[in-house]
Formats: sequence, structure tokens, C-alpha cells
Amino acid sequence: MITLSAQPIDAPALLRAFENVVADAGAIVTFSGQVRPASTLGDVQTLHLQAYSPMTERGIEQAVSIAKTRWVLSQVSVVHRIGDMKPGETIVFVATASKHRRAAFEAADYLMDYLKTEAVFWKKEVSSDAEIWIEPRTEDYKDAARWREGKAS
Amino acid sequence: MTRILYFGRLTDIAGTSEENLDLPASVETAGELRTWLDLRFEADGALLEPTVRIAVNNEIAFDADALSGADEIALMPPVGGG
Repeated sequence: MITLSAQPIDAPALLRAFENVVADAGAIVTFSGQVRPASTLGDVQTLHLQAYSPMTERGIEQAVSIAKTRWVLSQVSVVHRIGDMKPGETIVFVATASKHRRAAFEAADYLMDYLKTEAVFWKKEVSSDAEIWIEPRTEDYKDAARWREGKAS
Repeated sequence: MTRILYFGRLTDIAGTSEENLDLPASVETAGELRTWLDLRFEADGALLEPTVRIAVNNEIAFDADALSGADEIALMPPVGGG
């Protein structure tokens, strides 16, 4: 399930809901990403995130489909925050369920690499004295490329 | 009227995230729209960068693609990820 939410993300509640859906999965991995308080700009006051529906959802949907062909997954949940958020707030929640932990770990890692580089989002950091649109870091591209080069399985 | 959407730094250049426009008859392709908007915003080529992609009715379009039947056109700089 894929959701873009303008409201705060409650990761513990999402995990509980996910556990209820996949009660007999065997292994569940969740990842929560939080807005960092500091960046190259200095102290971040607000992070602004734009999405373009339904293109953004379609892209995430496709990444989930690829993950499902690569690993045996019983369930996947991706919840991404959009709009304005503050440092410390949850920006993304990913949950994967599988029979075995490795598939669940790797699929969650793969989805996060997609979300950090290729997902259709535009991100602006606002500090006390500047506003800047952020593009992916070189490391993010490298992380995503791992999956194409077959270095990670 | 065509709904035009601006994302990322283009929001700042356009001064808005969306507007409804009557496109001039001379603007028939995605590439011509780029050029026309770049002049209109005095964007100094920011809209002409090949990394800025155009989506017509939520599908990526190429510069030579015709805009006929376009209800919604999005101008999208490189995506930044979440």
C-alpha cells in the first residue's frame, strides 16, 4: 500500500496496523526516516516536499513491483509525507513482510534507495536565512546504483 | 485553458506552483512551450535545460511532442528524492 500524507506520520501506529495485516508473515522490517535538524545550510527550520500525483505514486508502485519480483514479499507498505514538516518529524515509513528476514531487510533497503533518488519529489530546505532546493547527493545515486550493478542481491 | 504546473525551483521562477493559461497558437509543441515560458519569466534559459522534463497529462513528453489535447502540463526539474 502506498500513501502520500500531508499529515504527520505515526510510525508506531503504522507498524501495528501492518502487523495486523501480516500476522503470519514470519519477518517484518520497518524503516522510518526523520527530517534532519542540520544540513549544509545550517539549522533547518522547515522541510518542504512537493509530489506530483499520480506520477509520484505510480513510480513508487513500480519500485514496489520490482521489489516483489526480486524478493518473496507477502506485503509492502510505503507512507511518504508531503508538504511542510519540522526536524525530527517522520518523513517516510517503509514496511516489508516476508517469510525470512533477509528478503524483508533487502527489499526495505532497495525501496529506500529508490525513494531517496528516483522518486518524484522536490524538496526545499528552509533555514533562518536561506531557502534551497535539494538535489540527490552523489552517495544517494551510488546507493541506488548498487541494485543495478548486481552488487547487492 | 491549460493548467500549467511548476515544480521544485521552477515554482520560484514562475512565482506560483500552478496557473491556467490560454497558450498562444504559435506554441504547438512541448519544446515551443519551454521557449515561450522561458521568455515570459525571463528565466534566462532555466526552462530550456534538458534536465527539466515536461509531462503532458501526467505522461513524460519530448520537446517535439504536440500539445494538442493537453489539459495539464507539468514542468519538472530533476527530482530530489524524499
